[in-house]
Parts: sequence; structure tokens; C-alpha cells
Amino acid sequence: MTPIATGGVLRRRIPATGFWSWVTTVDHKRIAKLYGYTGFIFFIVGGLEALLIRLQLARPENAFITPAEYNSLFTMHGTTMIFLVVMPLAAAFMNYLLPLMLGARDVAFPRLNALGYWFFLGGGIVLYSSYILATAGAPAGGFLPETISRLGSAANGGWFMYPPNSGAQFSPGSVIDFWLVGIALAGVGSLVSSVNLLTTIFNLRAPGMSLMKMPVFAWMSMVVNFLLLFSIPIITVAIFMLIFDRQFGTAFFEASGGGDPVLYQHLFWLFGHPEVYILILPAMGIVSEVLPVFSRKPLFGYAAVVFAGIAIGFLGFGVWAHHMFASGIGPITQAAFGLSTMTIAIPTGVKVFNWIATMWGGKLRFTAPMLFAIGFVAMFTIGGLSGVTHSIVPADWQQTDTYYVVAHFHYVLFGGSMFGIFAGLYYWFPKLTGRMYRERLAKYHFWLMFIGFNMTFGPMHYLGLMGMARRTYTYPAGIGLEFWNMISTIGAFLIASSVLLFMANWINSRRRGAPAPIDPWDARTLEWSIPSPPPEYNFGEVPTVRSLDDFWHQKYDEDDLGRVTRRPDADAHIAELTEKHLHPEHRPHLPSPSAFPPLAGLSALGFAFGLLYHATPVGLGLIALGVVGLFASFLSWAREPLEENA
Amino acid sequence: MTAHTETSTGIDTRKLGMWAFLSSEALFFGALITNYLLFKGRDLQGIHPRELLNIPFTSVSSFVLLMSSLTMVLAHAALTRDNQRAARGWLLATAALGATFVGGQVYEFSNFYKEGMTLSTNPASSSFFVLTGFHGAHVTIGVLLLLSLVGLSFRRGGLTFEHGLNLELVGLYWHFVDIVWIVIFTVVYLIR
Repeated sequence: MTPIATGGVLRRRIPATGFWSWVTTVDHKRIAKLYGYTGFIFFIVGGLEALLIRLQLARPENAFITPAEYNSLFTMHGTTMIFLVVMPLAAAFMNYLLPLMLGARDVAFPRLNALGYWFFLGGGIVLYSSYILATAGAPAGGFLPETISRLGSAANGGWFMYPPNSGAQFSPGSVIDFWLVGIALAGVGSLVSSVNLLTTIFNLRAPGMSLMKMPVFAWMSMVVNFLLLFSIPIITVAIFMLIFDRQFGTAFFEASGGGDPVLYQHLFWLFGHPEVYILILPAMGIVSEVLPVFSRKPLFGYAAVVFAGIAIGFLGFGVWAHHMFASGIGPITQAAFGLSTMTIAIPTGVKVFNWIATMWGGKLRFTAPMLFAIGFVAMFTIGGLSGVTHSIVPADWQQTDTYYVVAHFHYVLFGGSMFGIFAGLYYWFPKLTGRMYRERLAKYHFWLMFIGFNMTFGPMHYLGLMGMARRTYTYPAGIGLEFWNMISTIGAFLIASSVLLFMANWINSRRRGAPAPIDPWDARTLEWSIPSPPPEYNFGEVPTVRSLDDFWHQKYDEDDLGRVTRRPDADAHIAELTEKHLHPEHRPHLPSPSAFPPLAGLSALGFAFGLLYHATPVGLGLIALGVVGLFASFLSWAREPLEENA
Repeated sequence: MTAHTETSTGIDTRKLGMWAFLSSEALFFGALITNYLLFKGRDLQGIHPRELLNIPFTSVSSFVLLMSSLTMVLAHAALTRDNQRAARGWLLATAALGATFVGGQVYEFSNFYKEGMTLSTNPASSSFFVLTGFHGAHVTIGVLLLLSLVGLSFRRGGLTFEHGLNLELVGLYWHFVDIVWIVIFTVVYLIR
């Protein structure tokens, strides 16, 4: 990032480069990078956990890792990939792109934006500190040994953390507490971020940009943030109740004390099912931007795609019990939730057909982002179809807790969300860095990942239907599971090597790629009308929007026969835009950097660790420090002027 | 936030953010209330909340909390007329009424403990304490917000609606917490 405008115009008390400038930043583009890099580091960690799992399962009756370690690895792999990878990577895209796409200088609450990131990071730190600090006790006389290695000393109850297994009786150690507190903290971060981004979408649109002129990515972000807003409080309540059960002697989820373990499942999935749409909708938004650009056609059925996204959001709150068909919830409930689950396939299908119709008859350019977007549509469709099979209750009973389910959700979350995220990373790379990535290497990445992905997760459909159980550290020899498990493990290593290609490309091209023009893809949305990388204030002059895909219409006209022709002055117009945004007439106001969001985040982290050690004096001290720190940070925050010259 | 004085919807950005936050809070309390309703009718061991609830006492403290919404409105009205002294006074009155309510809750809780109904007696008592306890925590945070406003009112220029933490936002939060109490009072105390 280049510091802008010297000469007393924008004097900063805090330097514009270096470590502290990143800690105190409130610039949405920098916060997006913080989310992105942090999420990617967790992606590598979660990927290493997956590789250990696959190594263990490569051969039958393998003893590469112990059962206790296996429990921690699959729990942390799932938790990491959902809460610490896909959610922050989606947050990175929304943070970076929403103001640029809507024509705004920053988000609605720049400091709250930073606070959301620090809370998320705190949650990740608490979760992963359990590998060092926590103990994974096992009930006496059980199957697990009573001493467990460090690798097994992280949460081990699955990412859903069902009681009574996660209760004090069966999980006497502290790993579950670390998980609960970490997820609650990261959840508060997501909540803060959703308030900020929703307000941004509603209130900070450029003049003329009505809701139905917003890019589809902005629409999908809106749905995602509503889902976060309404589902995070529910998981928070469930987590609090489980903490009370474990720490303060209540019996909400203990049948022996009059409690109800199925209540936890209801609360968890009332959050958990909207959560899967929180994970997939940002990728759907990205793909809806990428496909039209590389097909040289507008998105087919813009309004239908938007309304389908909203419908998915609404229906997403009415299908949760299909995760619980095997928990004895009764035939009426099962029929109702089976039907509502089938219904949700309709808006999803609408989207898939619209994406295909967008490509139909277009002039397709098979760049890396386009390949990933097409890969997304294909893989997501497979995952969606296997998902519909779960809505048929008797079939679901057969599939529950088998690798068939693992295959299904990896097709939607990896073949879906992660492919969409990689499409977006390549597509916006030139805007982010001002340089082009290496196309050939990126295509190798795609094909290697595509093949590796299908080798890893395709066979799991078969393994699951053959009866191979999830969450079990090994399987017996001689029942026909060896071959496909070995294929799956080889596939996992292909995925890992494709990620290395991606990293090499990213690191190299950031510094040494060819310089990117302002609009390398001949794109349609506003972020391509400003310089690459964008100046700190985004827009030198706030644009006025006349139509959907406004930037496209600045470059193209229709002739008398309805054929699209590029305006003769299009290139001159772009050069003029560059000049206008680089050297604005009026200096834009920018929010000042602030030390209070990271201070509040640090206090919350101290408070969280205090809760985990609340039985010791150190813990009580940390709680007190955390509360005082939070109050002091927020009070100073309220007193701080918003702009440097205010 | 002078960069965005004109908003797309015409609604103040901070107010819109507060409404979004409060809608999330509604789901938070919704889950806790559902939880109480689920357990309150069950046949459980130990003392049940319905055997101990003191309706006359809680009616008085509920009345105190509702009156605090009135004083909050009066503080807002005073600031609209730019009467800083009156606004400060009404804010202090609101904080005092809120603190009285929390004090009443502490008294109520300690009485229940003396009678033998604790957090861990049974899921009905647990969900009662967790629901009303989280509401009490919200009122406490509200009192802190009100006192912070009073503190901020002493700086140069006094209170204005332009400040980051302004009276209108605290008011929205305060009224929301009151409305939640109306629901809790009805569901927990009045409907047996």
C-alpha cells in the first residue's frame, strides 16, 4: 500500500507503512487482506490435519496415529475449515469488494470492521492454543487411554460438539471448553462484521445504485450477513448453555438431570444449517461475477438469481432438522423437514440453470478464474444432488454417519465454496496487486486440484454406501474398502501439491508479475473503473450509476441492429477515469487509524482465557483485566475523533 | 462520519447499525425464552421457579424499569431542545432506575438461593436464572452506557447527536431491553 498525498493534506499520526499501521488500520482493503492471509494460513493448517487423517486411512487397521489423536484431528479440521477458513475468506472478499462495487470510500463502521477481525483472530488463537495448553481427559474405564499426546489435545467432539459426549462426564478435560470459548469469541466477531456490512450495503451505495442495480455479489453478501445476524445468537445461546452445563452444574443437556440433549441438536442446527449457506452464498456471488465477464454476456436472469439467493436464505432457516433424522424426532417432523429440504433444491436449481444459460452462446475465455467458476458449477451440482438424496428419510438413515455424507459436504464446501474462492482470488488478483498472475501455472493449479479433488472425494460416495463409518480412526481389512481409500489418500496429496502451485504463483506474481491494466478482463462492475491497486480512498470522485453493470455500459453501445459495439472513446474514457481517481479535485475524508479495536480484541482475548481458568486467581485476574480493558477501549473509542482533521 | 452524511436509505448509518444489532439480540433472547418455556412445564426434581416467584415485588421493579423508558424519552426531548442540564439529569434518573431494577434482581436471586432454588437445582431453575441473568447483564451494560454518556456530556460542546456514542443509540438499546423485559415478565411471571 502506498501512503497517499503528502504536503499536509492527509497528515497521519500513525505511519502508513509497517507493523503498527496494520495493527491500527481501519482501511477495509487492508482488513480484507488481514482476513485473507489469516484465513489462508488456517487453510494450510486445516489441510495438514486433513493429510494426517488421510494418511491414517490409507491402509486398513493402520496405527499411524492413535484414536484419541484422530478424534482431535477430524474435529479441528472441520472447525478450522468452517470457522477459520471459509468464513474469513468470505469476509475478506466482502470487505474488499463491497465498498468498491457499491462506489463507497469505506465501509459504514471502519473501526467496528477492525474489531470484527480482532475478535475472529482471538477466537482462532483460543481454539489452537488448546494444542499447547489444554488437556483431553478421557472417562475412566473407557476405550481411550487416560494420557493423550499433544496432537490429541484439541477439541475432540466433532465440529457440532453434541452433548452428552461433549459434557463433563464423557469429556472431563478442558479441550471442549477451549473450543466453546473460541467459537463464541469468533462468533461475536462475525456478528460485529455482519452489522457493519449490512449497514454498508443498505446505506453506502453510490448515487443511482438502487438495490436492483447492485452486482449479484453484493446481493449474496446481503443474504449472508442477514443469515449471520440471525443465526449467530442461536449458536451463542447453545454454547453458553453447554458452558454452564460443564462448568456451573446445570443440566440443560443432561437427561439424568432432567435436561434434553436433543435440544442442543435443535439449537446447533438452527444455526448450523443457515451456516452452510453462509459458506456457499459468497462463492455463488463470486461465480455470478466471473461467469458473465468471461462469457462476454450479462448474467442470465439477474432478478431470478437475486431472488433465488433470497429464497435460499429464507428456506435455510426451515430445514435444520434434516441433520437429525436419526435422532428419533418423529415421523411428522421428519416428513415436514424432508419436504422443506426438497424445496430448497428449487432456488438452487434456478441458479445453476442461470449460470449455464449465461455461458450458453457466449464467447467463452477459459482463463483460470473461468475454469474455477465452471468447476464450481459442476462440482456444486454434484454436491447438491447428493444433498437432495438426504431429504429422503429412509435413504438418509442409511447414509447418516457414513462417508457418503463426507463426500456430499466436501463437494459443496470444497468443490463449491473453495473453488469459488479460488476463482475470485485469480479474478481480482490484478485489482488487488496491480499485477497479473501466471496464467499457465494457474491452469495447472486448476487441473491438478480438480483431478485431486474428484479422486479424494468421489470414491467416498461409494465407500459410504458400502458402510464405511465417519469419525472412526480405522476400518477392517478384507471388506472391500482398501482400494478406494488408497485412491482417496493419493488424491488428497494431489490437492496439497496444487495448493503449493497456487502459493508459488501468488508470491511470485505479487512482486514480479506483468503490470495489470485498470480493466484487464473487460469487466462489468465498478471496481474495475478505478486504478489497480485502488488508492486508499477508492474513488477520487464518487461515481453516479445509471444501470446494472454500469461500467460495461460506459464502454459499450448497441448499434441499430442491436449488436454490441465497443465505443470508440472507451480507452480514452478509461484513461480519463484513472486520472480522475488518482488525482482527485477534492481530497477525500478518510477515517483515522485507531488503536482501540485491537486493544478491545486483546482485552476480549484476556477475558476468554480468564473464563477458561476461572477457578484460579490468575483466571479471575484475567477476567477483571479483560472487563476493564474492554470498557476502557470502548469509552476511548467513543471519545476518539472519527477523522484526522475533525 | 461526514464522508457519508447522505445515505442511500436516508436513515442514519449508526441507527441502522443499531437496529441490525437489536434484531440479532431479539434472536438471542428468543432462544433463551424458548429454552425456559421448554423446561418450565416439565416435572422436575427440586423447587420449581413458579413456586417462589414473588409477583407483587417483581411488578414494582418492572414498573421501575418501564418508568426508566419514560425518563429516557425525556432525556432525548431535552437534548432536542439543546437543554444540556436537563438531558444530563434525565440520563442520571434513567441510570438510577435501571440500577434499582438490577438491585431488585440481585435481591430476588439471593432470596431464591436462600429458599433452596439455585442455578443447578433443575433445568427449569437453570433456564430461569440464565434468561433473567442475561437480561440483567444487558440492563447493567445499559446503565454503564448511560453513565458514559453523562461523563461525555461534561466535555466541551456537551452532548450532541453527532457524537459516535450518542443519546439516541443508547435510547434505542435501552427501550429494546425494556421491551424484552415486558416479554419475560409476561412469559415467566404472569403466565404460570
